[in-house]
Amino acid sequence: MIKIALFSAFISLVLSACSLEPVQPWDRDLLAQKKMQLVADPLEIYLDEHTYFSKEASSGGQSVGGGGCGCN
Amino acid sequence: MQLKKTRQGAGPRNIRRQLAAATCGLLAGTSHAGGLIASGDNWKIDSALLIYAEKDRVSLAEGILSISKEIDDDEFINARIVTDVLTGSSPNGAVPSNTAQTFTNPSGNSRYTEAANTTPLNHTFKDLRNALSVEWDTPLSRSLRGTLGGNISREYDYLSTGISASLAQDINQRNTTLTFGLSLNKDTWDPVGGVPVGFTVMPAFPAKKTIEGANTDKTVKEILFGVTQIINRQTLMQVNYSRGQSDGYLTDPYKILSVLENDGSGNLRGSNPYVYENRPDQRTYQSLYWKGVHQFPNENVLNLSYRYFWDDWGIQSHTVDLRYRFDFDGGHYLQPHLRYYQQGAADFYRQTLIDGEETTLPYASADYRLGEFVTQTIGLKYGYEFKNGAEINFRAEMITQKGKDRSADAVGILQNQKLFPDNEAYLLQGGLSLDSDMVIKYIMSFFK
Repeated sequence: MIKIALFSAFISLVLSACSLEPVQPWDRDLLAQKKMQLVADPLEIYLDEHTYFSKEASSGGQSVGGGGCGCN
Repeated sequence: MQLKKTRQGAGPRNIRRQLAAATCGLLAGTSHAGGLIASGDNWKIDSALLIYAEKDRVSLAEGILSISKEIDDDEFINARIVTDVLTGSSPNGAVPSNTAQTFTNPSGNSRYTEAANTTPLNHTFKDLRNALSVEWDTPLSRSLRGTLGGNISREYDYLSTGISASLAQDINQRNTTLTFGLSLNKDTWDPVGGVPVGFTVMPAFPAKKTIEGANTDKTVKEILFGVTQIINRQTLMQVNYSRGQSDGYLTDPYKILSVLENDGSGNLRGSNPYVYENRPDQRTYQSLYWKGVHQFPNENVLNLSYRYFWDDWGIQSHTVDLRYRFDFDGGHYLQPHLRYYQQGAADFYRQTLIDGEETTLPYASADYRLGEFVTQTIGLKYGYEFKNGAEINFRAEMITQKGKDRSADAVGILQNQKLFPDNEAYLLQGGLSLDSDMVIKYIMSFFK
């Protein structure tokens, strides 16, 4: 059920892209700010992912690759 | 609290670069290094130092240096060097007992004794890890970007090497970015004392464990499809689907299971009461990930994500991560962080075995990371953005892990013990980001 809901959200986002009012380049001043990036602080996210990778059975989702470790 | 005015201290070229990054390739979701924006001829330098300490367990210090440069028009390279030092104790998989327990060290050259009624920990962990990753991010056409990456990391007993590639295609007047990524990792275990054969006994010192070889390896392949969408002038969203497959040695060579008498007493069996864990040699996992970033009229920014993860070992998890940034006058900001993670156990997760089960079960592991638990994180970050674009920041976080005991494993006297090793950890981090030009000016100032 969760998977169906999430896949539906995935498809809806793709389809909604066609119906949204496009934001023009000259209106992207806010989106260009560092704090508005999807990964605003890459090192912080890297450290978090490394920490939780070694303490939980789930990992990834945001990106591919990144390397493994024999973590304890 | 006085909210700060918009700061644009990075200079016109940097603003153009940031606009280009936001316009042309919403790449931040395709790689760890994504989002780094080098400014013109200078190198962008990001660094961080992390101190991570678990209560009575592992402590870790980790330093990162990341440098990025625009080598051609809209073409970037990034290199990241990571070093971490780890020391302390980790649960070995055995359950607490009402008497002291003696275990053989992984090397087989010594033994250690854990007190009664405490979680048995392996105290021998001491490791130094060095890692290097590089990434090349280049435009392939007006609306298509490509990224190639490689990484290698080396520990005392573990080597990891990998490559990754991704494509990001802008469509819909560059309001939508479709991403596709692939990665391949090859890891080699070289465990202390060799690779134990699954379900064989941990022999009492000085006898040696049964090993299948000195080292072993695994391969990890991952694929990702993503959509990043500009919703409006203040809002950005991303949805990713990823799938990965691990093949090879997926067992932890240092983890064991307690074997109980077959009489419901909960007592350890009389001889050889510990066996090495044994996991399947293949795992397929998938995840759906959603992230939204929104800026409010007061310039505060909400960064919210959710991940649903599942695999063919029976593990499912939900992760919610929330960061909310409050901006203040003069370049200061505060960012609280909340994270909630809930995981269900692997099908073969067992906290104990009953005498004989090690010969009938195909797989079993008592590694708490495969159990049913909740992780909660609460933290606060403070940052200061200088007018020249540099930034310094600090954060402190507390992480708690609380798990469930399997009632089927808590038999007899074990009903009075806490079988899941709950954990509490503290994290401190300092970060500094600056431009190579700033460093040169600072050094030159000493010679004037």
